[in-house]
Amino acid sequence: MKWDEFFVTGDPMIYGADVSIVLTMVGILFYLTKYKKWKWLWDEWLTTVDHKKLGIMYIVSAVLMLFRGGVDALLMRTQLAVPEAKFLDSQHYNEIFTTHGTIMIIFMAMPFLIGLINVVVPLQIGARDVAYPYLNAVSFWTFFIGAMLFNISFVIGGSPSAGWTSYMPLASNELSPGPGQNYYLLGLQIAGIGTLLTGINFLVTILKMRAPGMTLFRMPMFTWSSLVTMVIIIFAFPILTVALALMTFDRLFGSHFFTLQGAGMDMLWANLFWLWGHPEVYIVILPAFGMFSEIISTFSRKTLFGYKAMIWSMLLIAGYSFLVWVHHFFTMGSGALVNSVFSITTMAIGIPTGVKIFNWLFTMYRGKIQFTTPMLWSLGFIVNFVIGGVTGVMLAMAAADYQYHNTYFLVSHFHYVLIAGTVFACFAGLIYWYPKMFGYKLNERIGKWVFWVFTIGFNVCFFPQYFLGLDGMPRRVYTYSEESGWGPLNMVSTIGGFMMGIAFLILVYNMYYSFRYAKRETTGDAWDGRTLEWSTPTAMPPFYNFAKIPEVTGLDHFWRQKQAGKVEKLKAEDIKPIHMPSNSGVPFIMASFFFVAGFGMVFEWMWMAIFGIIGVFGTLFYRSFEYDDGYYVSVEEVIETEKISK
Amino acid sequence: MAHAETHDPNTPLEYRSETGRLNILGFWIFLGAEIALFATLFATYMVLSHRVADGPALGELFEVESLLIQTFLLLTSSFTCGLAVHEMRRHNVKGLITWMAITLGLGLGFLYFEIQEFLHFIHEGANIGTSAAWSGFFVLVGTHGAHVTFGIFWVTMVLIQVAKRGLTPATSAKVFITSLYWHFLDVVWIFIFTAVYLMGMVTHNG
Repeated sequence: MKWDEFFVTGDPMIYGADVSIVLTMVGILFYLTKYKKWKWLWDEWLTTVDHKKLGIMYIVSAVLMLFRGGVDALLMRTQLAVPEAKFLDSQHYNEIFTTHGTIMIIFMAMPFLIGLINVVVPLQIGARDVAYPYLNAVSFWTFFIGAMLFNISFVIGGSPSAGWTSYMPLASNELSPGPGQNYYLLGLQIAGIGTLLTGINFLVTILKMRAPGMTLFRMPMFTWSSLVTMVIIIFAFPILTVALALMTFDRLFGSHFFTLQGAGMDMLWANLFWLWGHPEVYIVILPAFGMFSEIISTFSRKTLFGYKAMIWSMLLIAGYSFLVWVHHFFTMGSGALVNSVFSITTMAIGIPTGVKIFNWLFTMYRGKIQFTTPMLWSLGFIVNFVIGGVTGVMLAMAAADYQYHNTYFLVSHFHYVLIAGTVFACFAGLIYWYPKMFGYKLNERIGKWVFWVFTIGFNVCFFPQYFLGLDGMPRRVYTYSEESGWGPLNMVSTIGGFMMGIAFLILVYNMYYSFRYAKRETTGDAWDGRTLEWSTPTAMPPFYNFAKIPEVTGLDHFWRQKQAGKVEKLKAEDIKPIHMPSNSGVPFIMASFFFVAGFGMVFEWMWMAIFGIIGVFGTLFYRSFEYDDGYYVSVEEVIETEKISK
Repeated sequence: MAHAETHDPNTPLEYRSETGRLNILGFWIFLGAEIALFATLFATYMVLSHRVADGPALGELFEVESLLIQTFLLLTSSFTCGLAVHEMRRHNVKGLITWMAITLGLGLGFLYFEIQEFLHFIHEGANIGTSAAWSGFFVLVGTHGAHVTFGIFWVTMVLIQVAKRGLTPATSAKVFITSLYWHFLDVVWIFIFTAVYLMGMVTHNG
């Protein structure tokens, strides 16, 4: 392989990216060395097993990926703004919509939610950490390395271009030669390991680490939604693991699972992909539902309406999520009976979802609503998500789907559910729990600007796409003719897209502004909250979370304590030594070996892949022989940290 | 992390520490994920098992003798693995290591015959690239074989730790978890035996 095949060449935008990547790297190295931050980076972040820090790292990575995926989106919108534009060629456009979809789902939405789950859930259940803190670090680093591996395809070797669904035979060696598609397979595979481990970790954490008195039906709704999500992850992700592995075998070792030769079956890929892919949709929406439940309840100053109905509807959604995958390819010849069955199951999901919508509305009914920014995002969610949901039911009708299929109608539908659902929730949750993570709130006035610019931009961008779709504009085309008449609505859509980009910039500015100027919180209860995460005496909980594990007597325990004026003051004699897990550098090193193995497989350099895999197993065996039982935090240190006067 | 230890003599050693209990529960859930993984491979295999293209049919090459030897070795190894855990419950380190070593020996024997069988198939002109059916066969059965291989390394590591440290709540939980893993592979093999080999031979020979 020559160097000009190794590095992506020929496009000025790519050279610009090369230069900016090198400059950023040099800048970071310079900063770390000049201010002697290397040890701090290693001790505080790279080796941490603290769920709050891992959560913050997840969220920071997700925001970076939101930027990358967002730039992809704006490049696409720029190309489509006018008919027959020459901004991007077809290959480049294909690469960009592929990376946009993959990054937004796998490397933005999921880590953003998992990051918030990491920060919040152990606090909400009154635990000092997760069940397996070390494994939690492995999860984060495999996700991070998978994301990095996927992202370097941009400058080294070339990006995948077969769409985020990577249907066969388009994604085969014949039609997608080169390393691009391998990046997709290996990047997702490595990140998927981390996701599965997160699933097991948080399921056990929620089942076994709850504070005394917190029965399952006293858990906060966000914890419930996380629990259900973890169950979906545990059963859905192995399917993706297998599907990716089989396609990897097809591409690297000449097997015939999905190929046209050797009697392979290309539709098998579509089935396996969506058998994972549809539950995946619910993996990214259920935690969002949970967050909105917390926020709407807090800012309506009422207990959540229909608590049990919320839980049962989530369990129903989780079950249905495995029974609807065929609706992603009604037009690919499944036959009338099969299509009818999946059409009905798909519409049935609308029922529990509708139950949830009404529960949120009834929670607000006669509540004292405070229009804080998290609440604004939640209200925006209800309105916009319903638009996405209703068009979803339209798409669910198999016969009608023959008209909508593969058009911008569909594109608009899933952006209405994924942005108005998941992305609004990520913003709402980030703002809501920001004081828990950093000790101060984001500025509310700037935050409201972000909300309005983003929400208006979002509707300006995607509402016209419903009509473009009904006019017959297919998705995934890099340009269209003047005569099609799609020009004006596309221009409107592009303007909306750039409004969302501006809103993102204002959000980032708000982070900077609030870091400089926001009033620091003096208590742990920034929003007059209801659940245990707000009960810590300091704004940011200490690394052991709770000096004394709370005893829970009912739903919204902390709120009811406050109402009764019976919030317990921590007393020095209640404090006992606290057991905590030790930091470890092994997860980071293991993930680095995963990177080597993945990179080797992408370029089919088997010596490198084998070296990386041996390294992974080496770190596993090293860990097996390591007997580290953690350490105890002394009573004096806890008293010192909690500033208890004796 | 709570670190409550139970000293009730009726509680098995591996369940006495909080970490042990959590790890065992987590591993059960991991096995749930493994079931989803093998279920996907089985489904793939079933869909593809008749799609032989120009290659031989699956049942054409399957041989009863090798199959029975492999099955016998692996099922027996599950039994000896159970005896090893029984010895562990009696705090008999020597018995535990002996029965586990026998388990590993049987596992190695299984792998030997499996690899011989694979080489035989390849010699007869059926490899992973022959047809969709053979791709499905090699990846399903091969994934099981790779699990057994990993298990042999893993159990060996754990036995070294038991030999060095004796039976503690930590080491006994590790032994117990590896035994769950080993029994699980046995269960998967029973499905492979039925769904792959028996059904393959029945459909071919009528």
